[in-house]
Amino acid sequence: MSPTQWDFPVELCCRPMAFVTLTGLDVVYNAVHRAVWDAFCANRRADRVPISFKVLPGDHEYPKCRPKRTSYEWYIPKGILKTGWMNKHLNLVPALVVVFYELDWDEPQWKEKQSECATRVEIVRQSLQGRNTKVAVVLIQKKTPLPPGEDVIASERAAALCNACELSGKSLFVLPHTDHLVGYIIRLENAFYEHAQTYYYTEIRRVKSHKEFLNKTTHQLLFVRHQFKIAFFSELKQDTQNALKNYRTAYNLVHELRAHETNILEIKTMAGFTNYKICRLCFQHNTPLDAIAQFRKHIDLCKKKIGSAELAFEHAAWMSKQFQAFGDLFDEAIKLGLTAIQTQNPGFYYQQAAYYAQERKQLAKTLCNHEASVTYPNPDPLETQAGVLDFYGQRSWRQGILSFDLSDPEKEKVGILAIQLKERSVVHSEVIITLLSNAVAQFKKYKCPRMKSHLMVQMGEEYYYAKDYTKALKLLDYVMCDYRSEGWWTLLTSILTTALKCSYLMAQLKDYITYSLELLGRASTLKDDQKSRIEKNLINVLMNESPDPEPDCDILAVKTAQKLWADRISLAGSNVFTIGVQDFVPFVQCKAKFHAPSFHVDVPVQFDVYLKADCPHPIRFSKLCISFNNQEYNQFCVIEESSRANDVLENLTQSKMCLVPGKTRKFLFKFVAKTEDVGKKIEITSMDLVLGSEAGRCVVLNWQGGGGDAASAQEALQASRSFKRRPRLPDSEVHWDSIVIQASTMIISRVPNISVHLRHDPPALTNEMYCLVVTVQSHEKTPIRDVKLTAGLKPGQDANLTQKTHVTLHGTELCDESYPALLTDIPVGDLQPGEQLEKTLHFRCGTVGSRMFLVYVSYMINTTIEGKEIVCKCHKDETVTIETVFPFDVAVKFVSTKFEPLERVYADIPFLLMTDLLSASPWALTIVSSELQLAPSMTAVDQLESQVDRVVLQTGESASECFCLRCPSVGNVEGGVATGHYIISWKRTSAMDSVPVISTVITLPHVIVENIPLHVNADLPSFGRVRESLPVRYHLQNKTDLVQDVEISVEPSDAFMFSGLKQIRLRILPGTEQEMLYNFYPLMAGYQQLPSLNINLLRFPNFTNQLLRRFIPTSIFVKGHSVLTRHFSPRSICSSHRRVHDASLFPKQEKGSP
Amino acid sequence: MAVSTIILFLQNYPLYIRSVPTENELKFHYMVHTSLDVVDEKISAMGKALVDQRELYLGLLYPTEDYKVYGYVTNSKVKFVMVVDSSNTALRDNEIRSMFRKLHNSYTDVMCNPFYNPGDRIQSRAFDGMVTSMMIQVC
Repeated sequence: MSPTQWDFPVELCCRPMAFVTLTGLDVVYNAVHRAVWDAFCANRRADRVPISFKVLPGDHEYPKCRPKRTSYEWYIPKGILKTGWMNKHLNLVPALVVVFYELDWDEPQWKEKQSECATRVEIVRQSLQGRNTKVAVVLIQKKTPLPPGEDVIASERAAALCNACELSGKSLFVLPHTDHLVGYIIRLENAFYEHAQTYYYTEIRRVKSHKEFLNKTTHQLLFVRHQFKIAFFSELKQDTQNALKNYRTAYNLVHELRAHETNILEIKTMAGFTNYKICRLCFQHNTPLDAIAQFRKHIDLCKKKIGSAELAFEHAAWMSKQFQAFGDLFDEAIKLGLTAIQTQNPGFYYQQAAYYAQERKQLAKTLCNHEASVTYPNPDPLETQAGVLDFYGQRSWRQGILSFDLSDPEKEKVGILAIQLKERSVVHSEVIITLLSNAVAQFKKYKCPRMKSHLMVQMGEEYYYAKDYTKALKLLDYVMCDYRSEGWWTLLTSILTTALKCSYLMAQLKDYITYSLELLGRASTLKDDQKSRIEKNLINVLMNESPDPEPDCDILAVKTAQKLWADRISLAGSNVFTIGVQDFVPFVQCKAKFHAPSFHVDVPVQFDVYLKADCPHPIRFSKLCISFNNQEYNQFCVIEESSRANDVLENLTQSKMCLVPGKTRKFLFKFVAKTEDVGKKIEITSMDLVLGSEAGRCVVLNWQGGGGDAASAQEALQASRSFKRRPRLPDSEVHWDSIVIQASTMIISRVPNISVHLRHDPPALTNEMYCLVVTVQSHEKTPIRDVKLTAGLKPGQDANLTQKTHVTLHGTELCDESYPALLTDIPVGDLQPGEQLEKTLHFRCGTVGSRMFLVYVSYMINTTIEGKEIVCKCHKDETVTIETVFPFDVAVKFVSTKFEPLERVYADIPFLLMTDLLSASPWALTIVSSELQLAPSMTAVDQLESQVDRVVLQTGESASECFCLRCPSVGNVEGGVATGHYIISWKRTSAMDSVPVISTVITLPHVIVENIPLHVNADLPSFGRVRESLPVRYHLQNKTDLVQDVEISVEPSDAFMFSGLKQIRLRILPGTEQEMLYNFYPLMAGYQQLPSLNINLLRFPNFTNQLLRRFIPTSIFVKGHSVLTRHFSPRSICSSHRRVHDASLFPKQEKGSP
Repeated sequence: MAVSTIILFLQNYPLYIRSVPTENELKFHYMVHTSLDVVDEKISAMGKALVDQRELYLGLLYPTEDYKVYGYVTNSKVKFVMVVDSSNTALRDNEIRSMFRKLHNSYTDVMCNPFYNPGDRIQSRAFDGMVTSMMIQVC
């Protein structure tokens, strides 16, 4: 944008830098000079001193210095600050003029050169007459200078040169043109900088010195001017602290000036300049709060200084500029590292600037509405001779006039008229939109989404005023959803109204219809008369006619729009508009509701579609169609009325297809689901309501799913919370809020009409063939076909169960691993009504635990619904949980031949293995047989035939067996010696003969085998008789490889007399046996203690009598009189023992016997 | 002198809006709506602070040239926003605070009404009267 009257001058906004001119450099033709100049101006980064350089010819004419005023007594200033002043000191009057001259110390023609140089300096001095500008000379030399003090000629000649040029030694520099040019240049410019600072220092002193001549009455303006100048020089001197201080003073002085309508603009302009400088410096000093405070103060002071009422827009423009400039400064500071916050960021200033720009536009509209006949005055009062003003902020037609009275009111009038007419040509909207978009960018950055939306609305409205409807619509459309989603209906309505105007003026059919739909809807806060108007327009549009213009539109624009609409009518194009409603709130609401969450396939699916219109007048629609996820149903759910376009208004309320405002209309739809869809979900994917007809224009309102638009979710929530009682309505009507959307339903199979019974005897026993009888009876009225049975372990249980469960239809053989856990689709044929069938299944469960078994019966049946024959597949399933238990527990123990429990057995010495089978089954078990399979290390002492064959065990009963075994010496085996397996073959007592016998194998425990050095066994009768000889033979076997020394003694007993060796010491050779024979003579009857045999092994002190007593009997029963003698053998002990056990098995029988 | 009182529900839609004068209502609506940015930010900043000893009064939300916007948020995150003319120097922080407290009490009364459904627009004569009296006091 080209700078306008209100923009700050460039020289104000730039950073002032010391101005230094370089003369005597021929940068065009001289390469050395060029290099020097480049070194000065290239790479001026922040670390270099702030100097602005300029190359000028040696004889350049600098601005003339006006003669010094000796007295201010009669001087009356014409204004505050001359427009050229800042530029003069930035770019025209140097602080230092540098004369470059090529001269080496050993120059042969020294004299001539020296005087030439002096002449050059003199010329420069001449043109700077009266100024304090410094002059410096730089000698460009080809040779590298020697260290100071060594070159005598150099110092002599330098002194001479200084003398000739009237320079101080500090102002003469040498620039050797060698490799280190940049380094030299940097040193040079630092020296220049010092000179420049001195210059500005003297300038400040000079301006300050004027002060004493001034008086408060006539020189008020000069106070401000001088203060400003001091501050500006301080800035040039880079003394920002003092600059700030002086600007502040200047600012206060500006406001002390007597303000009047004639000079208010000048005051405001200067105040604005000074304020700008202050804020700029505050930000530079990183004191943003000071800047903000200053700015607030500035605005508060100037807000009311409007000045001439006829030019009030100028004030607004000025205010706008103040805010914008501050916003720019703030933004600049942020870019340099300042952090802004949500509530204090440049956006607010841009926003305020935009606000004033809007005000300017308003004021300009009212103040500049001159008639077309008013022409721009000639001669132009705004023209000045120089083309620019002399002083900032003055009126061009009365420059330098300080009087508050208007000397020439006519001229003033013409001037104002000129300004007003000029203002008319300003494109305000452009200014406003730029400012607003600046603000939007800022608010976006500082997390103010709503502020951003608000500003975008303003931008949209501004575009609307600027007649850029496309952009307006784009912006408004963008923010609409924010307001909609937050439920700010008043704001949304206002935005929609503007948007509707835009779309009308552009004749954008689809947008026009969309906005109309929403403005008619329940979210709109428009009055009814407005709604009626919009509805009428909408109906017109649907009938392919032009709508009436929107109110408050530009007349010219309306004319254009009407033409566009007319074109639209004649244009044959697509006249069908599909509008998705999920993103806005249209005036028709729609809800769909299936009657039930699921339907059986043999029942028609029914659902209702409810429609409700919120517009003020009844509206007619032409079609309602529903789409499903399975599109085949779509054809069944269409309501259409073939009506001609001009019927729309006829007998409106009676029609079925007419929506009366506020009334809920219900449409019932019914269709038969396909049998393939059993188990699937039928979902309403969309609903289309067609307004208008295809002959004219038609609008398809499209609801996704079961209805609902942008606002309905919230409404549904509110309705669900509410416990307000709703007034009673006639039966046919329903409350809109009470309708709950149900957009999907499940199709489930027909209810089966058969019974499935299971017959079985739980629990199952491990590994048995468990029998389950399934009875299926049909209660259907027609025959059923394809009855299929699926039975087995219910899927979805532990995977291990699947491995250990097997199903078969044949119970006659045991099933193995190859059988499946689930038998599927076993065809069992057809069933006539009332007929029943039975199927036997066998399960084998390898592990204990509970299992779920599934019996699933499916069949086909033909039925008729709605006059349509369909084949239904029905099924019924039964699940049963069956526990599997062990049939019996087997306990095994080792005992000695004396039935004493053994922890370990002794090599070669017979012992007993006892098995104890305890039935855990609730059903009687038949033990078919049992078998002991011995490990190779064991040998049986006699036959191992089963003693429990054909035994029937009731619950809790047990059967025991006893086997006499011997284990040969095996040495020391870790963990003992394997005994073998015990195999029990059994079945349920109740099972049929065909049911196979189950063999259960039990691994017998290992036994620890120990060697003993000496084995003693006694040979004695089973009983004795009083006073009859009782021969006893003890066999002593040496089980070691050593010769054993044995001490044997027999303790006397009261009950016996005996003969034999009472005490003896003997040796037994390895592997041999010694026999000891005694003759006992019982003296008393009864159970008597035998005379105890004590054996002492000298080599094995551990061998005690305790151990010995395990093998030999310690007592014997002595009878009074009898002659029966019998030999005892280990086997016979077992038999008798068994008898005892058998007795315990049959307690009842025992009781019966005497 | 203009005052606009607005109560907002949790989802940020207005439950009650009153403004005096009524001619430039839309502007106040926008002002309140935009002030929610600051309220949201303040609430989210507060979330990190102690919850139980929370100050309900949010203070000045943001200054505009002509109006001051104040905010208040209840423990159940119902927001109250009040806009007053910035030239009204009689209204200090304390006055505003007590006005909000009054408003809160009155709002609590509305909520206690068993026939009021939370989330509905407030249509209570007592509440209206209280707001009117507050506006008269301010103007």
